[in-house]
Amino acid sequence: MARAVSVQRRTFTTVAAWAIGFLIFFPILWMVLTSFKTELDAFSTPPKFLFFDWTLENFGIVQERSNYLKFAGNSIILSLGSTLLGLLLAVPAAWAMAFAPGKRTKDLLMWMLSTKMMPPVGALIPIYLIFKEIGLLDSRGGLIVVLFLLNLPIIVWMLFTYFKEIPGEILEASRMDGATLWREIVYVLTPMAVPGIASTLLLNFILAWNEAFWTLNLTTTEAAPLTAFIASYSSPEGLFWAKLSAASTMAVAPILILGWFCQRQLVRGLTFGAVK
Amino acid sequence: MSGKIVLKGVNKTFGDVTIIPSVDLEIDSGEFVVFVGPSGCGKSTLLRLIAGLEDVTGGKIEIDGDDVSDVSPAKRGLSMVFQSYALYPHMSVRGNIGFGLKMAGMPADVIRQKVEKAAATLNLTSYLERKPRQLSGGQRQRVAIGRAIVREPKAFLFDEPLSNLDAALRVQMRLEIAQLHESLATTMIYVTHDQVEAMTLADKIVVLNAGNIEQAGSPLELYHHPVNLFVAGFIGSPKMNFLATEVRAAGPDGVTVVLPGGRDVRVPVAAGSLQPGAKVTLGVRPEHLKTSAQGELAGDVIVVERLGGETYLYIRPAAGALFVVQADGDNPTRVHDRVAVGIDPETCHLFDADGRSLQRLRHHPLADTIRAAQRAS
Repeated sequence: MARAVSVQRRTFTTVAAWAIGFLIFFPILWMVLTSFKTELDAFSTPPKFLFFDWTLENFGIVQERSNYLKFAGNSIILSLGSTLLGLLLAVPAAWAMAFAPGKRTKDLLMWMLSTKMMPPVGALIPIYLIFKEIGLLDSRGGLIVVLFLLNLPIIVWMLFTYFKEIPGEILEASRMDGATLWREIVYVLTPMAVPGIASTLLLNFILAWNEAFWTLNLTTTEAAPLTAFIASYSSPEGLFWAKLSAASTMAVAPILILGWFCQRQLVRGLTFGAVK
Repeated sequence: MSGKIVLKGVNKTFGDVTIIPSVDLEIDSGEFVVFVGPSGCGKSTLLRLIAGLEDVTGGKIEIDGDDVSDVSPAKRGLSMVFQSYALYPHMSVRGNIGFGLKMAGMPADVIRQKVEKAAATLNLTSYLERKPRQLSGGQRQRVAIGRAIVREPKAFLFDEPLSNLDAALRVQMRLEIAQLHESLATTMIYVTHDQVEAMTLADKIVVLNAGNIEQAGSPLELYHHPVNLFVAGFIGSPKMNFLATEVRAAGPDGVTVVLPGGRDVRVPVAAGSLQPGAKVTLGVRPEHLKTSAQGELAGDVIVVERLGGETYLYIRPAAGALFVVQADGDNPTRVHDRVAVGIDPETCHLFDADGRSLQRLRHHPLADTIRAAQRAS
């Protein structure tokens, strides 16, 4: 660092960063704490922070009442399926936009992004009716398609920005070396874009994992992922905060752990090209 | 030997912008051709058209008699070395050099043999397992060349390959490329804006300006017999001095023109239809001007550049434009000195009002010199 940073200044920024970090993390912490409380403690005023009777009974009850593994399995299948399907379509699309742009490529990218500005509820009725008509309601296949289409603009955009960073001459070199278009993408472009592709994959996995609107509206039991699992503890049961928290904790735990292990990759991907 | 490349009426436009109006050019097999020109003159575009990385808008490109205008770069049998080297960053040197062979579907042991042979020629054997980022600039350039030679192409295309290297390395790599051409005797097309590279490497230099070929010929032909002001000014360093003047007399043994200061010089060029009084430009290279007490031109020295072996004197005459004289390294002239400069009429060029050169009466004996590689073929 070129500028000398005073000790006070560094202390201040460190404290501020921790404070903001804690603030952002607090709701999740509170959720995890609540999941270990009895229903009575969960409601008590003033709220109990750490000194309460720690109990695991909520997790037991939740597991007894609903099959966590089935929901989790659905979540994994839906997230992975929609993300992989998205990559399969988005890699060639982003390639074309980054390396062989036409006159309208920029407009097309903007239009794709604009679809994300429409409230999903606007498309709910038609999609619901179509799904009902062709028997895709409560099916994993149908939901994978919806989630894939939902996140496709983001996948294309992210890959497009990563591909933009790759010098075109390297791809041209592979063409001179006799690589066909397909081999150019497989042997040269993809390996070079691995950090970008990995973070795209990760981010979209998380987005699909947390997607609640469509998963709740288009499933009942068979294809229901963890979002439905959480939701089943809110409205119909009345408000059982501790059990709801236990369910939520179980639902976010896998993605939290995944994110923890991949955070370096994720941060590198999200800031890719920002500094060089 | 193969590798004959012919361009017939090749043109290229991007939307409404014409980059190359129409180019006709023949490149013989085994020839070392250098495209030079100022930036934006279309030399790189022309190379990319030959490579197939850009599609021609019109015209034909033939390689060994086959029209390849619509053939993909992969199938043209050419290799290219890029300015940025364009190595595959995720592959080792071995992987980089062998990539083309792998794409061609060669068996692994044949690839290994060929890669190792190419690496040995280029002194890369001990770096085979390294990644490009662990190599120096010169080594990367060698890998790029290795990747090109291992495929035994019909022709090599070089796109300003040395411009990212420092001066010392550039000279060394220039020698290596010359030796490479000597030993492979394969057609090479080389794009550069550095005229030293052009002069030293080329069998034939093609001078481009605004997408048009101004002149194509051997380096010394371009140096001694430039066809117009552009070529005369582009070839040679420091650049040729141009003095605006007019014709005093025209005869069979030359054209007499007035020098700034009033004296005459008779330049041995074909007069053509020139009449006394016609506006012309006198061209004379700095290395052909000599300081001498009886010189025809005089002026004040405003800058002295001493390079050790030679000295450049920038002289402002009483009337007319600044001109440069290349003097000896130990020339004692200092700034603000007033000097006289002698002109040898034999070394002068004359250009008409349209900038076309008047043909010199004596053809320079070395102007048709071609290099050994071509004679050998």
